[in-house]
Amino acid sequence: MTRRLGIWIIAITAAAAVVGPWLVHADPSYQDLADRLAAPSREHWLGLDELGRDVLARLVAGARISLLVGIAVVGISATVGIAVGSLAGYLGGWFDDGIGRMMDVLLAFPGILLAIALVAVLGPSLTNVVLALVTIGWVSYARLVRGQVLKVRELEYVQAARALGAPLGRVLLKHVIPATMTAVTVQATLGMAGAIIAEASLSFLGLGVQPPTPSWGTMLDAGRSHLFDAPHLTLVPGAAIAILVLGFNFAGDALRDRLDPRAT
Amino acid sequence: MAAYLLRRLALTVPVLLGVATLVFALIHLVPGDPAEAMLGETAPAADLADLRAKLGLNDPLLTQYGHFLRGLIRGDLGTSFRYNTPVRQEIAQRLGRTAQLAIAAMVVAVLIAIPLGVIGAIYRGRAPDQIAMTVSLAGIAMPNFWLGPLLALVFAVWLGWLPVSGTGTSAHLVLPAVTLGAALAAMTARMARASLIDELRELYVLAARARGLSWRRAVLAHALRNSLIPVVTIIGLQLGAVLTGTIITETIFAWPGVGRLLIQAISFRDYPLVQGCILFIAVTYVAMNLVVDLLYGWLDPRIRYR
Repeated sequence: MTRRLGIWIIAITAAAAVVGPWLVHADPSYQDLADRLAAPSREHWLGLDELGRDVLARLVAGARISLLVGIAVVGISATVGIAVGSLAGYLGGWFDDGIGRMMDVLLAFPGILLAIALVAVLGPSLTNVVLALVTIGWVSYARLVRGQVLKVRELEYVQAARALGAPLGRVLLKHVIPATMTAVTVQATLGMAGAIIAEASLSFLGLGVQPPTPSWGTMLDAGRSHLFDAPHLTLVPGAAIAILVLGFNFAGDALRDRLDPRAT
Repeated sequence: MAAYLLRRLALTVPVLLGVATLVFALIHLVPGDPAEAMLGETAPAADLADLRAKLGLNDPLLTQYGHFLRGLIRGDLGTSFRYNTPVRQEIAQRLGRTAQLAIAAMVVAVLIAIPLGVIGAIYRGRAPDQIAMTVSLAGIAMPNFWLGPLLALVFAVWLGWLPVSGTGTSAHLVLPAVTLGAALAAMTARMARASLIDELRELYVLAARARGLSWRRAVLAHALRNSLIPVVTIIGLQLGAVLTGTIITETIFAWPGVGRLLIQAISFRDYPLVQGCILFIAVTYVAMNLVVDLLYGWLDPRIRYR
């Protein structure tokens, strides 16, 4: 039940992000100042914001940002994490020790604090948000993959490949890394939820996507000033974030149940 | 226990050094000239030179790093560019508020989580359980930057029961504490439910019932007490989330704590203050984890010998 719900939520959001701009005819940047803060109506299903922009059009455009940030952060973090984690686990020794200490330091920073720190000094922008989230994001993949590789490297088929003289790159890419992909896939699905929340948090704090680019976090931040006169500006983007995050969490849990029955 | 304590403390030193190094590196990651970023592009050259000298940016990198570490050991976090006061003093002024909020959030979390978990376990699979777990799922899914404005909308704007933001009375603490504690409450409730369900299967609960104890007493006095160990564990693990959660919660409710100070410092480009706040939060987090680890070691001797 929740698996299907999760997949439906993700599919609908992805469809809205891809084809939404053609279905919603309003321009997310067009300002109708005379009707600013208008409540939902037949013309504007989710109302207008503080500058008279169509909230539905901005929500659809914001879905693109959320999903793009999620895909970019998870994609880059997973790639870096897999590369570093597999090398650390496979090679061991000083390389593993060095990476281990680095991971300890990065994990010593609570969650999003390092991302806030990096964006604070690099300047608020979408690129810097991705960079900051990747800086903290790769560690969890590296730890996961390292742990898996420590087990896989002792398996007979990997030993056989080494005995036959296969070079390091080939052993890792053809034999070791594929064995870790189940765990990485589950982690990546749950990581999408984390990345979307983190981007929205940074944008909410004014450190992420900058206006006028629509982002669910910045929409929520702007809506906060109009709690009294336009509560729909708070309700709509917040609900979108919560539902999409729930969707990825459901899908991740379902994937884990499916791919690794021992975990449940 | 003393050996475990020393080993755990020794492991913390390189982590703290790494954290300090990262925080030191922050100002050097500012694109271009940090002094120009702080004063603006149109600032006079003399002012820029003054600020560079004040921040020690003209010294070689290693000298700067040495000064930074020596300052930290003395508890000197530098001087705030905006307030022209020691960073330590700015943090100290707001520390009490952040601690008050974090403690209130933990209390709220426990007060919500334990009853929800107990209801879930006792009525497992039935309507009260489903309601309790749906509530907890909502708590997990709702980011605090949405929950906060939503609570303010309902309880401050529509119902008018509580103030929207600020400080002054204990009523001002309610909405920020619930916002910050909700996610922790949700996770803890799920853990409390699962743990109590496991305990209810134990023979000692059946034996208590056989001795004539009421069902309520068997659950509350025996099973619940034993089920609390993993609950305490999850609360300990979530201390860091509560700490970082204060940044957003304090911003939403204009709560004058260290988290809000950090966000204000970022908007003023007050880099020494940003560094100080980041370092303070990170070191508090490391220290909390250390205390939690030591508590586990004390509660469960097996951990000490691993």
